[in-house]
Parts: sequence; C-alpha cells; structure tokens
Amino acid sequence: MTPIQLVFLFVAFATLWAAFMVVTRNNLVHAALFLVIALFGVAVLFVMLEAGFLAVIQVLVYIGAIAILMIFAVMLTRGDVDDIPDITNRYAGWVGLVAVLFFSSLVILMAQWPSFTALAKPILSSRDTIVELGTALVSPNGYVIPFEVASVMLLAALIGALVVARPRKGK
Amino acid sequence: MIPLSWYLILAAGLFCIGFYGVLARRNAIAILMSIELMLNAVNINLVAFWRFLAPESISGQAFAVIVFAVAAAEVAVGLALVISIYRSRKTVIAEEINLMKW
Amino acid sequence: MLDQWLFVGIFVSIAAVFPLLPLVMARFLAPRKPNRIKQETYECGIETVGDTWVQFKIQYYVYALVFLIFDIETVFLYPWAVSFDVLPLFAVFEGVLFILILAAGLFYAWRKGALEWS
Repeated sequence: MTPIQLVFLFVAFATLWAAFMVVTRNNLVHAALFLVIALFGVAVLFVMLEAGFLAVIQVLVYIGAIAILMIFAVMLTRGDVDDIPDITNRYAGWVGLVAVLFFSSLVILMAQWPSFTALAKPILSSRDTIVELGTALVSPNGYVIPFEVASVMLLAALIGALVVARPRKGK
Repeated sequence: MIPLSWYLILAAGLFCIGFYGVLARRNAIAILMSIELMLNAVNINLVAFWRFLAPESISGQAFAVIVFAVAAAEVAVGLALVISIYRSRKTVIAEEINLMKW
Repeated sequence: MLDQWLFVGIFVSIAAVFPLLPLVMARFLAPRKPNRIKQETYECGIETVGDTWVQFKIQYYVYALVFLIFDIETVFLYPWAVSFDVLPLFAVFEGVLFILILAAGLFYAWRKGALEWS
C-alpha cells in the first residue's frame, strides 16, 4: 500500500459517499453541496491521472458554474411543494436493485478484459499536454469540427435557455 | 502504482449511483444533479483510458473537453426548462409534469 | 508532475483544517448554556425577518447562465491560446470564428435586456 494508493482510496470513498448523499438527501441545497464534494473528488482524480488542465477545468466549470447554477435553480423553485415526504418514486426499490446488478455485471465483464489491471506508463516530462490539446482542437486532422460545433451548440444553449427562463412580457 | 481497474470500478460505482438517482428521484433538479454524476463517471473513464491505454495521443482529453461543453449546455437548458415549468405549473416533481403523457 | 500537485494538496488540506479547527475547538472548549434567544439566527444583530428559504429573482439564474456559457468558452480558448505560437494562421482564424459565434450569443443576451437588473 503506497501513499498514492491511500490517497486514491480516500478520494474514491469520499467521492462515492458524496454521490450517495446527493441522490438520498431530501434538502436539495444539501444535495447540491454534496455534489460539489463529489465533483471536487473527481477533480483530484484528474490530477492523479496527470490531466491537470481537466482538473482545473473541473473546478472552474463544474464547481464554479454548474453547481452554482444548480443552487440558483433550487432557490428559484422553492415553494410550498418543497420538502416532499417521499423523495423517490414507487420504483425506487427496483431501480436500486437494477443499479446494484448493473454495477456488479459491469465489474464482472470488465474483469474478463486483459487490460483491466494495466499499469500506466510514465509520461515524458518534456510533453506539454495543454499545447497538444490546443493543437488537436483546431487541427483539421483533429477535432476542429467538434470545436466549431461546440460553439454553435453553446450559442443555441444560451439563446434557448434565455428564451425559456425569462418571464414573458406582460406577465 | 494504481492499476486501471481501480479507476474503472470507481467510475462504474459513480455511474450506477447517478443511474439510481435519475430513475428514482422525483424532483427534476435532483434528476439533473444525478445526470451530472453520470457524466462525471464517463469523464473519469475517458481520461483513465487516455492515461493508461493511449497516452501518446491526446484524444481522451479532447473527448473529455467536449463532454464538459455538452454537460454545461444540458444543465443550462434543463434548469431553464425546470424553472419555466415551475413558473407555470408550480411543481418540480417529474411525475406531476404529465401534460404530454397518455 | 504529481510532485508539483503535492503542494496544491498540502495547501488544500491546510485550507480545510484552518476553518474546521476553531469550530471543533469551540465545541470542546466553549461553555454551552443555550436558551431561546441565543439559538436565534444571527443576522447583523437585528432580528431576522421572514423565512430563510426565500424565492430568488430569476435574474440570478440568467446571470449565472451567461457566466456558465462563457466559462465553457475559456475551456476551449485556453488550450488554443497556450498553443498560439505553434498554430498555423488557419487555426488562429478558427479560434476567432469560435469567439465570434459566441459573441453573437452575448449580443443577443444584451439586446434582449438579459444583462439588466430589472
């Protein structure tokens, strides 16, 4: 058991615990705060996978913007329907069973795969993955189409969400 | 050293917790939060596969960046819809939004 | 590379312990004699008015929404900007096109008055 493995296990259990709290808390503000813990755990995992840029983005976008948007939406939709006694629908027991079965079958299936226990080869320290990512995102042989489509998608999301969320005139 | 299997099992667990949340929760915002958990599990997998199996190309990270953009767009529009529905029908319970069901 | 992140980890741990320590210490050291007035929510010394869970204005959501979209823009533009020196001219214009498409969204939000606090 090396220190890095201990760190991984701690982060993994914290993430799973927080994720479990997200789906079981009745108070949605608490659920959103547990979501922040889970997202931060994933950011730490990105660091351990040597994807530092994605870790920073995870904190910046998920925790800094998406979680905040969630909390605002919770605040906006709080009314007398809040704190409903049963937070899950009537299929919750079956769904939980299916989720456990799905998890175990995933693990069993993956265990058959020869690369399942592969170890990481060290990445050369001379490599700059951010420059590589930037080059790949705009190179015609790489991801330029997804790059430009992403901007159109974000434009559509911005306009669509503004149209839907803003109150109609005269109301 | 940490083998690939640890990351994959963690991502599978996170995905299944999100899966449970999506199908079992009644509040629409809680469902969106669970979808975020599932997208994060997918991102862990993408980055882990990049790191362990194909570190020489950058594709795994590029995929993860696109997933970030999709997740942001999904949350922006999804929450706007929830707020809009709340404004007209005073509910965020997914089962009670049944105007188009038969 | 992980060695560099060790320092970030140490800072995060210190930052987490720093506010937690006084809270834990206060629990053990401070004498506790609660009564009804002491248990009230503290709000700048005046009495609290109304419920804690109030309805927010939609404007908060609209601001956070515009922020989120342009936050995502940085995700794409940061690697582009870092690799600016090695990119061909064609690729630079792709980035500019990306910015222009999203600037249209900002222009729309501006014209629709989404950025105004009504």
